Amino acid sequence: MTSTQANPETLSALDRPNSYIGKTVPRPNLDRLMQGRGLYVSDMELPRMAHVVFLRSPHAHAKINGIDASAAKQMPGVIAVVSGKELSTVITPWVGVLSHLKGLKSAPQSAIAVDRVCWQGEAVAAVVAISRALAEDAAELVSVDYEELDAVTDMRTALDPATAVIHVSLGDNLAFERNHDAGAVDQAFAESDEVVEAEFVFGRHTGVTLEPRAVVADWNAAEARLTIYQGTQAPHMVQNIAAVHLGLKESQVRVVCKDVGGSFGIKVHIYADEMATYALSKLLRRPVKFVADRVESFNTDIHARDHRCKGKIGVKRDGTITAFEIDDLTGIGPYSMYPRTSAIEANQVVNLVGGPYVTRNYRARARVVFQNKNVMCQYRAVGHPIACSVTEGLVDLAAMKIGMDPIEIRRRNLIADDAYPCASPSGLRFEQLSHHAALAKLVKMMDYDALRAEQTALRAKNIHRGIGIASFIEVTNPSAAFYGVGGAKISSQDGVAVRLDAQGSVICQTSITEQGQGSESLTAQIVGSVLGVSMDRVRVILGDTDNTPYGGGTWASRGAGIGGEAALQATKVLRNNILDVAAAVLQSTPGELDIVNNGVVDAVDGTPRIDLSELARIVYFRPDTLPPGIQPEFMATRHFVPREYPFAFTNGVQGSWLEIDTDTGFVKLLKHWVVEDCGTIINPQLVDEQIRGGVVQGLGAALFEKCVYDERGQLTNANMADYLVPMSGEMPDIDVGHVVSPTLESELGAKGAGEAGTAGAAAAVTNAVNDALRPFGTIITEIPLTPQVILTALGRI
Amino acid sequence: MKASAFAYARATSVANALELLTAHGEGAKVLSGGQSLLPAMNLRLLAPDLIVDIGELAELRGIVVKEGALSIGALTRHADLLKSPEIATHAPLLTDAVAHVAHPAIRNRGTLGGSLAHADPASELPACMLTLGATIIARGPGGERRIAASEFFAGIYETALKPQELLVAVELPVTPKYSTHFFHEFARRHGDYAIVGLAAQAFVRDGRFTDLRLGFFAVGDRPLLARSAGKLVDVAITSAVLSEAFSALDEELDPLDDHQATPAMRRHLAKVLLARCVSSLLGRPDLRMGASA
Repeated sequence: MTSTQANPETLSALDRPNSYIGKTVPRPNLDRLMQGRGLYVSDMELPRMAHVVFLRSPHAHAKINGIDASAAKQMPGVIAVVSGKELSTVITPWVGVLSHLKGLKSAPQSAIAVDRVCWQGEAVAAVVAISRALAEDAAELVSVDYEELDAVTDMRTALDPATAVIHVSLGDNLAFERNHDAGAVDQAFAESDEVVEAEFVFGRHTGVTLEPRAVVADWNAAEARLTIYQGTQAPHMVQNIAAVHLGLKESQVRVVCKDVGGSFGIKVHIYADEMATYALSKLLRRPVKFVADRVESFNTDIHARDHRCKGKIGVKRDGTITAFEIDDLTGIGPYSMYPRTSAIEANQVVNLVGGPYVTRNYRARARVVFQNKNVMCQYRAVGHPIACSVTEGLVDLAAMKIGMDPIEIRRRNLIADDAYPCASPSGLRFEQLSHHAALAKLVKMMDYDALRAEQTALRAKNIHRGIGIASFIEVTNPSAAFYGVGGAKISSQDGVAVRLDAQGSVICQTSITEQGQGSESLTAQIVGSVLGVSMDRVRVILGDTDNTPYGGGTWASRGAGIGGEAALQATKVLRNNILDVAAAVLQSTPGELDIVNNGVVDAVDGTPRIDLSELARIVYFRPDTLPPGIQPEFMATRHFVPREYPFAFTNGVQGSWLEIDTDTGFVKLLKHWVVEDCGTIINPQLVDEQIRGGVVQGLGAALFEKCVYDERGQLTNANMADYLVPMSGEMPDIDVGHVVSPTLESELGAKGAGEAGTAGAAAAVTNAVNDALRPFGTIITEIPLTPQVILTALGRI
Repeated sequence: MKASAFAYARATSVANALELLTAHGEGAKVLSGGQSLLPAMNLRLLAPDLIVDIGELAELRGIVVKEGALSIGALTRHADLLKSPEIATHAPLLTDAVAHVAHPAIRNRGTLGGSLAHADPASELPACMLTLGATIIARGPGGERRIAASEFFAGIYETALKPQELLVAVELPVTPKYSTHFFHEFARRHGDYAIVGLAAQAFVRDGRFTDLRLGFFAVGDRPLLARSAGKLVDVAITSAVLSEAFSALDEELDPLDDHQATPAMRRHLAKVLLARCVSSLLGRPDLRMGASA
């Protein structure tokens, strides 16, 4: 891929000489991972460790009349076969609701199904043996007497009176409904020159992490303490929930998270099989390991984006957008996921539709229904791809209707860059966005007019290319407004402790986690820059509830913005502490001194005064030589949480250029562009790769990825041959540019960048496909845009 | 995703392999490159009692040209086919086709014999064998048997091989001079199984086909040597002639339904491929759009 470093602007307000901020530096953990010395949960072996395999339901909905495990229990090497009922003696069920999502309901979910299974893949028994292979052999000998029940599979009929109710105690299959009405929508539509409607359909898909979910739970009866080794994005959340449901104090649970092979939001939830593994360790008083295999991953890792959303837009002939209206329906499986709930995605759709635009007139309804399919929940860019595809699809349809160029209609309706602070029609507050600067930059990077000319010339040769544009906003740096206010014990603050050791090296403990984003790198960059030491002296420790400050972790594009600011503030305190001691030793004042290149220097002329290692030697080993009364404090801790804004919104715009073979329905992606504004950029390469990785996941949704269920609730493509993930051979070059509007909420000024790519990629591609198909008079509002879908739309088959 | 327990034997000679296969019958499976067998075992779709690993049988490896025929050992890997100058010279269709087989890591292990014996209807090489008029050579307890490719493929994962037989080699007539070929497949991603594919070999004289062999794959339960090719031989090709060939082809197809395509889509794409093949081999861009009319 080519890389456009289209960000010549000053990247940071923190530009000290030798600053690492705004610079591409290699990740400190790169050699370790590249040389195969990473430590993933799958690699872990503990003495007496047993392996658990879950026997999973082949039915989408069935009563369990009985489980016969006698043959399995007699197999050599089998330690235990445990049913849901037996496990319920050590772990309590949970209900995935949050109080700020008014009306959200769900039913109690158990670690292993008790009496009834509600989706194909739900665990019905745990088989524990001395090896995974033996446990799989034994699982084949367990016989379960099922009585099949009616399965609710189609979200469109889930609320019909004739449809079975999955949880009778809830009364119906409606989990959540939200209605929103702002401005004067009916009047706006009435006064529009054109009103366009469409229904947008999104394929249910999933995150497909390279390393599947994995956990080793080790109950130490002597200490009455459970250690959980898990690839998770939120160790303290896991600690809290494991403690609550196992009847322990939080101090009795330690969560250790070493290397993680990809997360994408898949690993920010609490899964029933992981809870069962913790419980089994406690029950059997020995370490138990669970590693999901690929088929289990497809059947149990959360799915996302199964939405059908009707949309309506009003427009005047001069291009003014008058109103948006949506009616969104989504099916989430049989339970609302715990503890973040499965209503967040639909809620986000309502929040985000129309977000980049000026119009105040907006009406929305979102309904979330239960189904007998795998659970759905938050995955990278929660709700954003839905909202962006609907909004940008409608904007393009409106432009087409009035014969206006897609760039022009956006220019006329995007919120002006000098209009901030302001709020969206759904009431979201924006501190500072840069839609117009981003669009102008995109147009330049794409050479938009030349592309249009090329498109026209090629059409004459029966070559059909399309250009798609998608503006977007993105939720990052969430405050307590996301989960805390709803009662979830998920921290929105993060903490960093940083200290100078006796040899002048720096140890930094942070509560954010690393799953490949570069958390370790950005933390070391900030600490090194602020303290004035080289990065190789900074060691970052993350992912251990015993050894890091308490905090949220890495999800919702929050690591850099929140954890990064905590690192900056902690390091500032340490720096001042060091300068205080140095001043005393050097008979100077802190103001006359600075720290540069691992040493204390004269602030004015840079003359070296004392090395940090020498200062540390004195402080730790010869404090007797310090002036009287000085108690050096070479460790500092700071926490940070955004207080002013509930979310630090970012913005951006994406462009897609593609070609459709109208005989075969195949789409070839030729090029993709992104301009985004995540505020201060700490490491341009990390940001660009986050954007590109995010775009690729969005392109997967646009063209390839879909969990295909049949009408009986069977997932029919739960393998890597039939579920198509995007691969490099089909990916276009992705050029990334930046506009930089730092947030004033923090000194660092960084907002999130992890989800921007995913937010707008599918919308840009869909718009490009429809642009390419214009001569054929057909519009497609369904993803993935498979050859089958395109050929059908073209009437070829 | 762990295979069930199985016994393993590394064959020391073809004779030894045949003894093992005879002794264990259908409970034994031959391990060649393992690119289809091992995933199926790990998914527990297959649970053989015995694996007979023929990987060390050097006599089954290699490409030899002799007396107008190309003899390819069953253990010859896809990667070896791809870079073989003999194949490029004497069966260039195969060189083109192998480039479409999965990914380099798979081509480094997968073998010609394994692919043919596995008989996946969406595979490239079985169709090429039909187009090239190959003879499959199998050895069993009773000696060697030569099976025409057209008699070899019997259905999804089904061949004329008996459980006691080992596919040892393939013989292809050397592609004559002035012969020309076309290979293309539609797959969702590079390296995926084809939705529809076509391996064609032809003689063209004065803008007409004097011979045309069309080996389609992923259009039914086995590769298809299309009889409808006959409609295009010794005739001036017009869009009307092409349309007639489309209809004849349609009669021959019996496509399956899967996640990537319905039977209707496969029928459509087979016509598109045929049009592109004819257009490409005759150098007639005017025929290319025939299928979309």
